[in-house]
Amino acid sequence: MNVDKRYRYIYKPLVFIGCLTPIAWLFAGGFGVLGQSLGPDPIKFTLHTLGKTSLNLLILTLLVTPVRHLAGWPHIVRIRRMLGLFAFFYALLHFTVYLVLDQELDYASVLKDIAKRPYITVGFTALVILIPLAVTSTNRMMRRLGRRWQTLHRLVYVAAILSVWHYYWQVKRDVREPLVYAAILAVLLGYRYLRRARSRRAVATSRSGSATAPERI
Amino acid sequence: MARTPSTRILPSDITPPEVFFNRRQAIAAAIAAGVVGLAHEEPAGAASSGSGLKYTRNTRYSVNEAPNSYEDITTYNNFYEFGTDKSDPVQNAGSLRTRPWSVVVDGEAEVTGTFTLEDILKPHPLEERIYRFRCVEAWSMIVPWLGFPLGDLLKRFKPTSKAKYVQFTTLYDPKQMPGQRYPILDWPYVEGLRMDEAMHPLTLMVVGVYGKVLPNQNGAPLRLIVPWKYGFKSIKSIVKISFVERQPRNTWNVATPHEYGFYANVNPAVDHPRWSQAKERRIGNGFFAKRIDTLPFNGYADQVASLYKGMDLRRYF
Repeated sequence: MNVDKRYRYIYKPLVFIGCLTPIAWLFAGGFGVLGQSLGPDPIKFTLHTLGKTSLNLLILTLLVTPVRHLAGWPHIVRIRRMLGLFAFFYALLHFTVYLVLDQELDYASVLKDIAKRPYITVGFTALVILIPLAVTSTNRMMRRLGRRWQTLHRLVYVAAILSVWHYYWQVKRDVREPLVYAAILAVLLGYRYLRRARSRRAVATSRSGSATAPERI
Repeated sequence: MARTPSTRILPSDITPPEVFFNRRQAIAAAIAAGVVGLAHEEPAGAASSGSGLKYTRNTRYSVNEAPNSYEDITTYNNFYEFGTDKSDPVQNAGSLRTRPWSVVVDGEAEVTGTFTLEDILKPHPLEERIYRFRCVEAWSMIVPWLGFPLGDLLKRFKPTSKAKYVQFTTLYDPKQMPGQRYPILDWPYVEGLRMDEAMHPLTLMVVGVYGKVLPNQNGAPLRLIVPWKYGFKSIKSIVKISFVERQPRNTWNVATPHEYGFYANVNPAVDHPRWSQAKERRIGNGFFAKRIDTLPFNGYADQVASLYKGMDLRRYF
């Protein structure tokens, strides 16, 4: 089986199923099957599970590039779009549960929350940022936008930072887990920064006509 | 959304009495099946249940709302000494040894010293009181506590005129309380009340719930319940009671002073800096649990509002 087929028939379906697992567990909990339960406060549990899943997928999306470089798996980039779209899907569900079940469609209260409560403002901004990224995720949009596509999609870094921030701020006291997320995100973004800095330096060195060969990056 | 602010208690919220009172049989059966009772602490008289804990039902101080299930009350807990997730305490509190247990009483009182739990409990007949419980995180429950008025206990120590406040301390023992291995809060947990709050007849020393001995995750063997204040005031697993002259520290206030005050009276008009306190979600109503309006002083305003007459409740939150 060649790479194309392996991705199409094995890896992508597996990632797809994996991405649907959290919501399947929520359904199992909601219906009380497979020994699952949403606990005494099912709304909060669902809200947190969806939010956390979105964040996890966002982190996985950002992990694709480093893995591609470091493990030398160029094709892994093919699953990135799916991961990113699922991150958006869970973020949207997270907001929907907040709006419909938690706030009971009390729009006045939701608007007040978004304007007044910094952690909600930050989380909502992250969601809004993800919208154009999801909309422009098709092959056609990639072609149409050309180089601007990549510039636009760098916004995912901002969305990821805001998501971790949103999580950090909503925790009452025990910030250990949000800090772990922040650390992972820092590594993922730091990797990109260093790589860019090195490649710039390499370009500068080669342009200046130096005798030494550009550093391998 | 349609709301019914004027009718706080819907007919559907009220458990039919035959269902509610039949639970005693189930409890008696559970106790007979091996649940440890407080048999050696049974007060004289006041026998209302078949076996195990003896108590009277105090309807005067009980709300007319259906209690949450025993499962909700004992599996959804904030007790950071055993972990910060709501489900951590029930999983981790097994390591707490509640017998033998002693309580140190010190400070501005004539009678001080170290008392065994049995000494503390002996003279006090137990009553069941069904109270509202409102967490600062905007969720709530209805709980049938078993206990006795804190004031009755405090009077035995003959506090002096210098005793303006009373401070409580939770056990500090990271071996038994694994959550204390991390500096999430400034351990041990401490809380305090003004003397008039402590002596108020609604303020309860609690040893049981639903007719049974308090499970560890709910703050065994001895905890406070102050129903008109946010839950964090109701300190658990108490090992020390101190009569003091100055307003004592309380743990959450030390942690984040702009978010948690000393008084912590339930107040829908004063929001937590990060979330609204206007409404609360009653636990136990599943996915379609409606948010209900939070009441000033958690619905106990007619009994306690006078304690705070003339105070700016925004400042003293």
